[in-house]
Amino acid sequence: MKQLPANFIIGAVLVAFVVGVAALSLIWTPHDPTDLNIRAKFGAPSHVNWLGTDQLGRDLVSQLMAAARNSMTVALVAVLLGGSIGVALGLLASAIGGWVEDIVMRLADLGFAFPALLFAIMLAAVFGPSLTNAVLAIAFINIPIFARVARASGNQIWTREYVLAARAAGMNKFTITLDHILPNIAAAVIVQATIEFAVAILAEAALSYLGLGAQPPASSWGRMLSEAQTLMYLAPELAIYPGLCIVTAVLGFGLLGDGLRDMTDPRLARAR
Amino acid sequence: MTLLQAQGLTRRYKLPRRTVFGTPPVLTAVENISFEIAAGQTLGIVGESGSGKSTLARMAMAFEAPDAGRILFEGQDIHALGAAQLRRLRPDFQMVFQDPFSSLDPRRKVGWSIAEPLRAMGVSAPDRVAEAFEQVGLHPADGDKYPHEFSGGQRQRIAIARAIITRPKLLIADEAVSALDVSVQAQILNLLMDLQETLGLGILFISHDLAVVASVCDNLLVMQRGQAVEYGAATDILNTPSHAYTRSLLTAAGETH
Repeated sequence: MKQLPANFIIGAVLVAFVVGVAALSLIWTPHDPTDLNIRAKFGAPSHVNWLGTDQLGRDLVSQLMAAARNSMTVALVAVLLGGSIGVALGLLASAIGGWVEDIVMRLADLGFAFPALLFAIMLAAVFGPSLTNAVLAIAFINIPIFARVARASGNQIWTREYVLAARAAGMNKFTITLDHILPNIAAAVIVQATIEFAVAILAEAALSYLGLGAQPPASSWGRMLSEAQTLMYLAPELAIYPGLCIVTAVLGFGLLGDGLRDMTDPRLARAR
Repeated sequence: MTLLQAQGLTRRYKLPRRTVFGTPPVLTAVENISFEIAAGQTLGIVGESGSGKSTLARMAMAFEAPDAGRILFEGQDIHALGAAQLRRLRPDFQMVFQDPFSSLDPRRKVGWSIAEPLRAMGVSAPDRVAEAFEQVGLHPADGDKYPHEFSGGQRQRIAIARAIITRPKLLIADEAVSALDVSVQAQILNLLMDLQETLGLGILFISHDLAVVASVCDNLLVMQRGQAVEYGAATDILNTPSHAYTRSLLTAAGETH
């Protein structure tokens, strides 16, 4: 058994913690995260409210847990949606080549050049701010990223002799893509997805902070941050806790993705 | 009867342009090559690396089209066929590749890989998979293993099993033994010769090593920088090489074996 890279282990622990808390919030939180109790506002940590309460007397732990779940859901849906479309486009470009490949990749360049935040603001301006639009905006920025990864690794696989053998056998490009290309680029796509998951969590927090993501009363780390901003001197912990949560989640998925990449990179595997 | 016939094959590649407005330089990989393979016969194509042998193989397999000339398989120009027609013809000419480590999908069991040409034909025949395993000297139970569980020589046997499962008339072996140890080379060459006898295969055998080719081929085509320098019966060329390049290849083969 090869030794696992340190970044993989640390990332896995952080991710397990964040995902575990998010999953737990589905069935249990210490209090209802939306329960107001104005008389108990700015409560200090106690055995009832472990991290205290916010400016409206809501339990902080419960809010952070519910926000973790929202954040994971947004990131998961956005990365799955953007990733599927991107990988499909990349595989198409790789399989057909020629002018189809050129068009897909130039469109991907265009997608890269378009600022994600601007796209989210545009969506919000047209359809109103909502979590769905935040998801769509994050999914959109993921499409060109995955298209590039899928095409680049796909092009490598297309030159392998086992793909030539499949062509010699008379398999069509669609079947070859499903049988050989997709399974052999899966590792690269999964690594990219883990890293993009971290980016998506950060993007969701940023959009919610700007009021373009989750709308009240839904909990969100980003919105908790923006609400705490005006109370920075009165109750700095209200900003510190969601900030720490964002750092933990982003760092966790980032490290996990780096670790996975180190494990699947044959050059590094040989060096170990 | 003529199985495969190449007529004046030429293939040029455009290289990346060196200056912004200059015309890109052109590399002529294969120039005006003609040859014939009769059913059940072996043609060896020899030349140093870069002489255009593999380009010739790729054109013969219809992976890429020649810029000039034709390739006739049983009288049909394979580059003039439609995609569906070509697909129907493909089971008749198969290929064994150079690198036994890259010619099998690492994520698929070898039994699955061997059956691939049958699946492409829309046939499901487990008995033919088992038969193919036995024809190359492996056990049908090996089909449940992954490529990394086999040695290089065994993998090449698996690749040969995949190539003969459609009962082809022509087998193109591009440097099929070059990546193997000398002792294993002999085993694989013997296997190919046995299969040729039992199945009546025509073989296009491509190698940089004249010693390997000399022992197995009826006819020989010696290539240098994309051009044919000698073409004829193997015994004639080996006994009385008319070209200095062939003589140098012969000397090189004598030194290494």
